[in-house]
Amino acid sequence: MILDMRSVSKVFGKFCPNCLETTGADFNSSICPTCKSVVGVNDVNLTLAKGEVLGIVGESGSGKSTLLQLIYQDQKASLGEIFVKEFVGVDGERKNILDANLNELSHLRNSLMSMIYQNPRLGLNYNFSAGGNIAEKVIMSGNKKYDEIRNRALFFLEKTEIPTSRIDDYPEYFSGGQQQRIQISKALSSNPKILLLDEPTTGLDLSVQAKILDLIKELQHEIGFSMIVVSHDLGVIKHLTDITVVMKNGQIVERGLTDQILEDPQHPYTQLLVSSVL
Amino acid sequence: MRYAFLDEEAKKEIRRSILKAIAIPGYIVGFASRELPVARGWGTGGLQVTLAMINEEDTLKVIDQGCDGSVNAVNIRNFIKSVTDVKTTTNTKEATIIQTRHRVPEIELQEKQTLVYQVPMPDVLETVEPSIAKAKLLHANADYSKLWVLLYEDTSMFGDSRISNRYPVMVNDRYAMDPSPIPKYDTLKLNNCKALQLFGAGREKKIYAIPPYTKVEPLKFEDREFKVENFEGKKCSRCGSQDSFLDEVYDDDGVTHYYCNDTDYCDNNLNDGEK
Repeated sequence: MILDMRSVSKVFGKFCPNCLETTGADFNSSICPTCKSVVGVNDVNLTLAKGEVLGIVGESGSGKSTLLQLIYQDQKASLGEIFVKEFVGVDGERKNILDANLNELSHLRNSLMSMIYQNPRLGLNYNFSAGGNIAEKVIMSGNKKYDEIRNRALFFLEKTEIPTSRIDDYPEYFSGGQQQRIQISKALSSNPKILLLDEPTTGLDLSVQAKILDLIKELQHEIGFSMIVVSHDLGVIKHLTDITVVMKNGQIVERGLTDQILEDPQHPYTQLLVSSVL
Repeated sequence: MRYAFLDEEAKKEIRRSILKAIAIPGYIVGFASRELPVARGWGTGGLQVTLAMINEEDTLKVIDQGCDGSVNAVNIRNFIKSVTDVKTTTNTKEATIIQTRHRVPEIELQEKQTLVYQVPMPDVLETVEPSIAKAKLLHANADYSKLWVLLYEDTSMFGDSRISNRYPVMVNDRYAMDPSPIPKYDTLKLNNCKALQLFGAGREKKIYAIPPYTKVEPLKFEDREFKVENFEGKKCSRCGSQDSFLDEVYDDDGVTHYYCNDTDYCDNNLNDGEK
């Protein structure tokens, strides 16, 4: 298993003992009636194998993005354990990333995982050139040789179909779709084991969406990293993923092969979701 | 008047900060910068470090960009002399404490000498991270990727770093440090130096240090050379030296002359010649 999450919860607020039991899909609410805390993620178990592509769908506010941020450590989980392959303690035993210190955390975020945000402004530094952005990630993962860094940046820009002559241009001079592709180049440049995508194509026009999805799929086949895709667009999920989980009110209400879930949904909410596609 | 101007409590506090700085090479230690009869930003950091450690047995030398005779150097030297009555000198070899602004003396320093730098901007990350709180975290995490990206971008656009002075250095493989605005030429002299090097920033209220024999390396890519100022084919018009940091001076006729930047080094060369 490349990623193993056990009973992971995230509560915003006081977090009383009743929070987890009195919220969730069965109660149709994420707000704890006792202490009014908001339960973002409620007791989630998830595993991901090497090369597997997992989709997370659900309505807005269901905790999809929060779950992704808990994995990438943009936010700290309130409870639970998260294990990542190759992330081990001094004695060689796998280590809960919630116990990681700052140094281990930067290793985790720089070498083992990458995140692609919906808004390229979150993933890119607009004070650095396109090449500089990719260089930052490569340098963080430990490479200090200029020629190798430069070639790596050129390689991934070419892979994502950005003209390599524009490597020294700043992100704001690129179009939205190109900025998103620079973000993808940056995320892939450190050879991550897990790629996390948070609504990677929302807000882009359809032809660009299709191009970026094809690109991600192609690179995934070529390099073989594992992937978690968060989207409320079932088309994206269908196109990219092998397995899917459906979230509602912070809980996973259904999981299975993507085809199965889209063709034969079991949970009432999933049925509603699938039938709502225009 | 107290010996060395500062009150004993102040000296104690500054010495404590200096000790902490020496214990963690390259780490920036805060201190309560005192008022002095010199405006902040005119060497008050270096001055306080010097005043806190000087005693009757010391011999003091003060230089400003290599020169013993510039206004800033003369005034600071006279001030310290007036409050301590220590011996002063312009000779680098004789001095036990050398307070300097933006230069490292040309000849190699020895054990038991102390070089005190006057520092305007103590934090090397200031150019890339405006938030001090965030910069502290980056230091704690040894995350200097932003400095590296700056170096990457300069290399990709201009072939080399554009930084001519204040070149970032890694101290003891741990902290990135601002060596004060010394020219690139002097950066390599910080490495494995026999003398104790102390850095004081009075306006910014910071002290940091490099203990003797500490590894100090300029920040550079593994596959790129670190280049310093090149004076090939030029020599000092006064002493004829070909291996020192030279100042370029134009006379009224527009003719270019070169002179040693380190005046004591130049004087010694002349004296040796006369002998």
